[in-house]
Amino acid sequence: MSFDTVILDFGIGNLSNVQKVTGGKVTHDTDDISRADKIILPGVGNFGDVMESLSSVKYHIVDAAKEGKYVLGICLGMQLFFGNSEEGDGEGLGIMDGSVKRFEGVRTPHIGWNRLLIRRECPLLQGINDGSYFYFVHSYFVQPKDTDCVVGTTVYGEEHTVRFPSVVWEGNIFGVQFHPEKSSNNGLRLLKNFRELST
Amino acid sequence: MLAKRIIAALDIKDGRVVKGVKFVNLRDAGDPVELAKRYEDEGVDEIVFLDITASNEKRDILKELVRTVATNVNIPFTVGGGLKDVDGIREIVRDGADKVFINTAAVEDPGLIREASEALGSSNLVIAVDAKWNGDYWEVYTHGGRKPRGIDVIQWAKKIEELGAGEILLTSMDTDGTENGFDIPMLREVVKAVKIPVVASGGAGSPEHFKEAFAVDASAALAASIFHYKKFTIGELKKYLDESGMDVRLG
Repeated sequence: MSFDTVILDFGIGNLSNVQKVTGGKVTHDTDDISRADKIILPGVGNFGDVMESLSSVKYHIVDAAKEGKYVLGICLGMQLFFGNSEEGDGEGLGIMDGSVKRFEGVRTPHIGWNRLLIRRECPLLQGINDGSYFYFVHSYFVQPKDTDCVVGTTVYGEEHTVRFPSVVWEGNIFGVQFHPEKSSNNGLRLLKNFRELST
Repeated sequence: MLAKRIIAALDIKDGRVVKGVKFVNLRDAGDPVELAKRYEDEGVDEIVFLDITASNEKRDILKELVRTVATNVNIPFTVGGGLKDVDGIREIVRDGADKVFINTAAVEDPGLIREASEALGSSNLVIAVDAKWNGDYWEVYTHGGRKPRGIDVIQWAKKIEELGAGEILLTSMDTDGTENGFDIPMLREVVKAVKIPVVASGGAGSPEHFKEAFAVDASAALAASIFHYKKFTIGELKKYLDESGMDVRLG
């Protein structure tokens, strides 16, 4: 059975490899979003700016998430799930409870290959080993109110270290702080897992 | 913990890889995308493309390259070579490159570093630095290593950081091409002088050389010919580093 996936276009960066792996359509058309079975929120840019450019489709995304459609947020795309961010004034989608914090006491941005430490099973992580490396580029991280949704964490820092949620999952909503589209085979596996989710 | 990165460099001219690259089972050894994918499969962490195209079509050729790589390669990649202005730099990121590097243009106009890092975000901007020992200090060179600038590499590195760049790609002209190892004394001093990541380049000839570079806290190490000529594979290199107790990304 096949599902229609849309990849939301914020107008920054190149989404062609996400498109290639997921078979999704890059769009910001509201009809496309309403018709889709799955939505991918990719992640480059600034929280406030991106929420502003998403304002015309914001409620279509929120509705889709409430209807139980699968949503995958990548990097900033995951941060947008939450109500607010220290990065900007804009209000997030609010489809997950919590906030977005800036790293403190560690060198930022956190950039490079780091390990995913899996806390519990999740369909998105099927076939991916605990401790696998993924590619990160970010200065902010999510702080969900209910930590039950944190299925994976990552540790960053030299003398002082921060452990932050790198994969969150609540029902039909999935978020990853790293870039699966830049994380070679592990990332491709994760995107494939998302593609193969069925209702 | 962040893994130490192994970077493969490819020189590109008119959209083709230059310097004979000896991979077996490649349909087209000059195809940058096919080579980059091969390196990705072998476990390289990042790829740097140095474009040396000098023709009027440079911009279009580069655009096409960046787009094709971005569609087909699933690891981060950096593009540079002859870039002079923020518009050109921004365009490359928009087409899909993760990072852009500049070299000569940054020395000619250091303000470009600030301008570009503000336009792109500092994590996307790399400054490539070529330097050589002149008896007193390591001197910065530009124009592909042809023009000495009378600038001390340590001072230049600090300035690069201050102006907002995200990373320094440091090539020693003394060790480049020798395969006798990276220029550890220069690398150590530059790493100590700045907080941003420093990539070691020039002189890699054995897995031990990578270990030496990481031992003085280089964040990444780059090589070209030893990977192209299969002196050892990236897999073998990473296995060696892992067994030496270094954090590297394995398969």
